[in-house]
Amino acid sequence: MRDVAVVGFAQRQMEEFDGSPTCVELLVPLFAECYEQTGWSRKDIGFWCSGSSDYLAGRSFSFVSAVDAIGVIPPVNESHVEMDAAWALYEAWLKIQTGEVDTALVYGFGKASAGVLRRTLALQLDPYTVTPLWPDTVSLAGLQARTGIDAGLWDERAMAEVAQRSLTDAEKNEYAIRKGGSSVEELLARPMYADPLRKHDCAPVTDGAAAIVLAAGDRAREAVDRPAWITGFSHYVDPISVGTRDLTRAPSAQRAGEAVDLSGVEVAELHAPFSHQELVLRRELGLADDVRVNPSGGALTGNPMFTGGLIRLGEAARQVWDGSASTVLGHATSGPALQQNLVCVMGAEGRDN
Amino acid sequence: MGKQPAAVVGVGQTHHRAKREDVSMAGLCREAMDRALEDAGMTLDDIDAIVVGKAPDLFEGVMMPELYLAESLGAAGKPLLRVHTAGSVGGSTAIVASSLVQSGVHKRVLTVAFEKQSESNAMWALSVPLPFNMPVHAGAGGYFAPHVRSYIRRSGAPTHVGAIVAAKDRQNALRNPYAHLRNPDTTVESVLASQMLWDPIRYDETCPSSDGACALVIVDEDTAAASPNPAWIHGTVMRSEPTTAAERDQVNPQAGREAAAALWKQAGITSPIDEIDVAEIYVPFSWFEPMWLENLGFAAEGEGWKLTEAGETAMDGRIPLNCSGGVLSSNPIGASGMLRFAEAALQVRGAAGEHQVDGARRALGHAYGGGSQFFAMWVVGADKPTN
Amino acid sequence: MFHFRTMSRTLSAPVTVAFDYTRSTGPVLGRFFGGLRDGRVLAARLSDGTVVAPPPEFDPSTHEETAELVEVSTVGTVTSWSWVPEPVAGQPFDRPFAFALVTLDGATAPMLHALDVASPDEVSTGMRVRVRWAAERTGHITDIACFEPAGDSDEGPGAFPAPAGAVDPVTGIVTPVSLDYTYAASPEESAFYRGLAEGRILGQRCPTCHKVYVPPRSACPVDGVATTDEVELSSRGTVTTFCIVNVPFLGQQIKPPYVSAYVLLDGADIALLHLILDIPAEEVRMGMRVEAVWKPRDEWGTTIENISHFRPTGEPDADYETYQHHL
Repeated sequence: MRDVAVVGFAQRQMEEFDGSPTCVELLVPLFAECYEQTGWSRKDIGFWCSGSSDYLAGRSFSFVSAVDAIGVIPPVNESHVEMDAAWALYEAWLKIQTGEVDTALVYGFGKASAGVLRRTLALQLDPYTVTPLWPDTVSLAGLQARTGIDAGLWDERAMAEVAQRSLTDAEKNEYAIRKGGSSVEELLARPMYADPLRKHDCAPVTDGAAAIVLAAGDRAREAVDRPAWITGFSHYVDPISVGTRDLTRAPSAQRAGEAVDLSGVEVAELHAPFSHQELVLRRELGLADDVRVNPSGGALTGNPMFTGGLIRLGEAARQVWDGSASTVLGHATSGPALQQNLVCVMGAEGRDN
Repeated sequence: MGKQPAAVVGVGQTHHRAKREDVSMAGLCREAMDRALEDAGMTLDDIDAIVVGKAPDLFEGVMMPELYLAESLGAAGKPLLRVHTAGSVGGSTAIVASSLVQSGVHKRVLTVAFEKQSESNAMWALSVPLPFNMPVHAGAGGYFAPHVRSYIRRSGAPTHVGAIVAAKDRQNALRNPYAHLRNPDTTVESVLASQMLWDPIRYDETCPSSDGACALVIVDEDTAAASPNPAWIHGTVMRSEPTTAAERDQVNPQAGREAAAALWKQAGITSPIDEIDVAEIYVPFSWFEPMWLENLGFAAEGEGWKLTEAGETAMDGRIPLNCSGGVLSSNPIGASGMLRFAEAALQVRGAAGEHQVDGARRALGHAYGGGSQFFAMWVVGADKPTN
Repeated sequence: MFHFRTMSRTLSAPVTVAFDYTRSTGPVLGRFFGGLRDGRVLAARLSDGTVVAPPPEFDPSTHEETAELVEVSTVGTVTSWSWVPEPVAGQPFDRPFAFALVTLDGATAPMLHALDVASPDEVSTGMRVRVRWAAERTGHITDIACFEPAGDSDEGPGAFPAPAGAVDPVTGIVTPVSLDYTYAASPEESAFYRGLAEGRILGQRCPTCHKVYVPPRSACPVDGVATTDEVELSSRGTVTTFCIVNVPFLGQQIKPPYVSAYVLLDGADIALLHLILDIPAEEVRMGMRVEAVWKPRDEWGTTIENISHFRPTGEPDADYETYQHHL
């Protein structure tokens, strides 16, 4: 395996992006930020990969014009996944591992506010027996939350504690769209929304985009002082059915965690769009109590679709860059109720150095 | 560490039809997957990771269908990726699957690409009106027809060249048991007599709308040693450029030219027409055969149609193109690119049945998408690459 | 007709993306839907002994197609639920209700459906519920209208699972998907559409390559930077290439046959796609000089449809050399 590091990261999050669903105008300044961080230009990038969704934009081939933001004459080596851009990062990491390229820029974008997000996501479900009922994302998460409450694995207080910590941490995150902690008691006193969930248990609908730059070996060292070297990268998927799955578990997260070395992780950015999901993930990944979770505020304070996972990886990498941590974990999820999970372990030290 | 060798040891595809009313989406995918696994002598339990490819989700009305399909496709408990690069997606998906092996991360990868177009209507899905704009768009045919006109003007090609391609591919399809269109009576004359749909493109010069899937099993060197006839991957390439740009060449796109040049270099090929024995290229409208012959470097600019007219792209020609019948005979959009890659692999494995080109040792698989802006290609060979 | 909404910098308008998808069900789901049509719930008996409704199409352990279906009860137990305070379009009720996971008697795993109760106080995990069938059953998941609280007279765990017996499978279902979006133009495109509302065609120049784009772009696709300096363009131009659309299709808004052409406006470096009229389609030529025909001013909005079409100017055709690099 080649030593590959995260060397650039830029993001934007907002409640309602006042622009086109192609998000081209959001991506242009993000790429510029990445160039500034690395001292590179687009000509230094060997591979481009993005993640987005046609159904978020409401039209076919919605990703096609996003490449304009790169400036693609001369043409570029480029690919796209219909997934959170964290998986685009995985594809880019593979590309670097093949030796074909040494650098990559990965981006994701989405304007969730263009439609009714929780309804649109019902189109991810079984199209024959489930989607015709239009179960929305919040309801599915509610079913999951109650399963754990009934099983005695967590309670409303534990969920509120996650929200309280996230909202407090988000005060230091200029990109978070929901911030401001109060107290667990105050949160618990707020009315139920989708019983057993209160509004602060659910990630806000968020528009946004993000970009990450990857580089191998000396290219990484030339770009930044403290590259966040990827030491483990793994992802798995579970069946979708909320009937046959044990909703208190996320086996794909556990399996992904087992495939990498999580020892020494000091900070974990977990992509948990609902408060109880952080509790599920923490358990599946076997994170010790002293692991600092979501210092950015996490997805509960801003969760742009198809970018929320990538942002977790970028936020984790930043902890390495600024010396706050030596070993970090970034996590991304996709699909209803934590169906698909990806983990990326990064550290100040690469495998070979 | 450089690229690890990788080979195709299993190929499967569905019987492509306008409406596969006998199967669900899962059943369609599994038909192709089970054939590929049987060909490889494996079961789903042997597979390390699964890569799914598909064109726009609006076609089936399912957002990221690989999520709901995960269990039926045997992906639950495995890594699963979903690629979408417009019409080139089938090819891009095969390339991403290859990279899982070439990176040394996995040993046995299954990739499947599909489209069940009968669930909706592709013309509708591609032409949802955009506010503030003129609703002149008319599907893929309406998009590409003006560029075909430009090619004809630029090259001075006789207007019947498109019909030669259509008649040849439809005749080739008769040798392919999986092909959708099976009309033994198609001739140059009958194509020329068919209705003009998007002038200058006639009805018989267009691809059908199909339900279908294609699957490949791609493995590492050690696993491939057990296969009697692996198709070794000699080169893969993807290139993208904008849909529209000032003075962009839409007939002979730069991305395609540069992709081909990079591919030939990777595969150690200096004269494609002499060194490639057979090619499966993405020709959804007949005129794209001569256009891509030039773009790929099989012919000089403006000369592609001469190869077609001289019969050099027929099965017994200098560069047999689309012996399977090609996209013109079967077009499950998301799978169409992978079918090109798969047919190239079948040829060098000597497993193409009645449409086998004798002694094929090196073959090209090619796909393009968007507004002729996304290109994915590979070269596969009967021999293990030496570089 | 769009109802335009003006935001601070960009124009937006509603778009509905709707299609009634026709889904072939395959053998397993076909029998399940056939059962629903007959007022029965059929489940798969899987290789690990579990009984699951709706039946997975393929066995999760063996990956074989599900072979055995059995009938389960229409009465069962809630294993989890979630309150739906603000239903979205298409859900079983347009008033608050619960989504519930219900394990039907005879099954070993729950299925998801709506539960019709008036408030969250009326639901609890472990409560007994029964299927409320739709008035008309067609072989669709909505043949189950919802679950409802079960009465004392409802049967308990009895002879379920039972042999499924013969069932006439459903071969296809229709699932309507209709999504409402607000489509926004980019700031650069919005400037273009606002210009059109004043009868002006506005392009912008890329600050790097100096090419004039119409409409202007958030990113010059060559250089990756937004176009900037405004350039007002002529209403005249040259047809670079075109096609004659003879094919009718679903959702089409212009009656065929019509000529869809790339028009390179004088002063622009990229062609615009528009209609050519006022000339027989077969007489349209590459290089033909055309001019915009504007609709009456009182019909103008922020749309390129203010230009009804382009028509020949009568000037001599442009030389091929003047537009060949725009093909």
